[in-house]
Amino acid sequence: MAYFQKTDDSGVLYLAAGDNIAVATAEVPAGTTVEVANTRVKLLSNMAIGHKFAVRAIKSGERVVKYGAPIGSASADIAPGEYVHIHNLGSDYMPSYTLEPVQDRE
Amino acid sequence: MPINAYLRQDGRKGIRNTIVVAYLVECAHHVSREITFPYRNQDVHLIGFPGCYPNEYSHKMMERLCTHPNVGATLLVSLGCEGFNKGKLIESIRKSGRPVKLIGIQDTGGTRKTIAEGKAWIEQTMKQLEATPRVDMAIDELSVGTICGGSDATSGLTANPAMGRAFDFLVEKNATCVFEETGELIGMEHWMAKRAATPELGKEIIGTVAKAAKYYSAMGYASFAPGNADGGLTTIEEKSLGAYAKSGQSTISGIIKPGDIPLQGGLYLLDVVPDGDPKFGFPNIVDNAEIAELIACGNHIILFSTGRGSVVGSAISPVIKVCANPKTFKRMEDDMDVDAGRILEGRATLDDVGHEIYDLILRACEGEKTKSEKLGHQEFILTYKTFEPIGPACLPSAA
Repeated sequence: MAYFQKTDDSGVLYLAAGDNIAVATAEVPAGTTVEVANTRVKLLSNMAIGHKFAVRAIKSGERVVKYGAPIGSASADIAPGEYVHIHNLGSDYMPSYTLEPVQDRE
Repeated sequence: MPINAYLRQDGRKGIRNTIVVAYLVECAHHVSREITFPYRNQDVHLIGFPGCYPNEYSHKMMERLCTHPNVGATLLVSLGCEGFNKGKLIESIRKSGRPVKLIGIQDTGGTRKTIAEGKAWIEQTMKQLEATPRVDMAIDELSVGTICGGSDATSGLTANPAMGRAFDFLVEKNATCVFEETGELIGMEHWMAKRAATPELGKEIIGTVAKAAKYYSAMGYASFAPGNADGGLTTIEEKSLGAYAKSGQSTISGIIKPGDIPLQGGLYLLDVVPDGDPKFGFPNIVDNAEIAELIACGNHIILFSTGRGSVVGSAISPVIKVCANPKTFKRMEDDMDVDAGRILEGRATLDDVGHEIYDLILRACEGEKTKSEKLGHQEFILTYKTFEPIGPACLPSAA
């Protein structure tokens, strides 16, 4: 596994070839267009440090890949530049977060 | 340049000269705290086991902690009627050669008299410890542990890989390095197996992570806190990916369980998840439970990465706090030893920070207090667990 040594000042970081997400390394506002993964992506949400966005379209059920490793599967279709987090990405192992209120689980 | 260490009667070498006050049941906690409190800034630390029921794991933990090379002497405080096998514990400590005393609140005659007796012993022992012999200690005699806590998505980008570099530098010099928390290595088992010293060990590693996944599923929760999600981590696999980075890239030499002390240098995985069906609940209720286990495996010093901003230290072994998130560092600089987040601001490379951590380890071993030490953090927690002994494939065969 090759860890990056340093960042540039673009505010985003693409970690490994083959990843379908990139991370923000600074607060980057929605609407910013960034150059990442050999493509231009327009951010659809404000990004906080460390948070993820899609670098290309991801279909519901598709594996999300970060630093060359699967980190779960999309639970909805995701557009390029869209914020990726608990609302559209779920674990393939075990729930880390109970989202549904108790009464809906019956 | 060798480290100037303390030589113990059993030949082991430590980097601190601490007196440990250990309560053997919660009923003895207040008295023990009152004994320790006046000396808390003079290297007298409080640890203890709250439970009245006996437990093999907690007994082994207490024995290893009371005879840790950073510990110069131990005061055991018993109520008198508790289930802890105090006779067996004091015998092990006596065998190690270090000064030890057992006082019983019921035998001594209550709170006031026990506090007075305890404090008198502390004062006398502090003087005794001034004469602890000093000795050279090489890097290959050093044992370092690593943990992440209060993680966010920056933890796996900056602090964890930088601590991993420091681990690589240490393992190159044949130090003992220990990483843990198989519950946060979910999905990383095959990558780890590839780094195992033997194929049999690789199989054990995969089995160990499977055990953790099964255990946490039974609990109904992954090892994941709301702050992790607020900080950008979405799944346990993503958290594990970040956590895995702190193990560095060296070959994994073995698997140990709490209280196992490796006999050779190298990188070891500490399996902290109990064996068998869940008997006592969550495996590690909080970070300090894991830190206590790392220390029981012999770690002189602990590397601790944090993104959200953990402030804990530990009794017995100093904690070096590596801050992953540049915003957190700016807000909580007094509690943070290393600003790893500056990697994300382009102000340092990963290797710069890796070298900084390595140098700080050596300075801390020489006596320089870490931020959490200076702030008086001496957290300690010990609960009930149950373990089978490690199997034959888990340790390197004698060289």
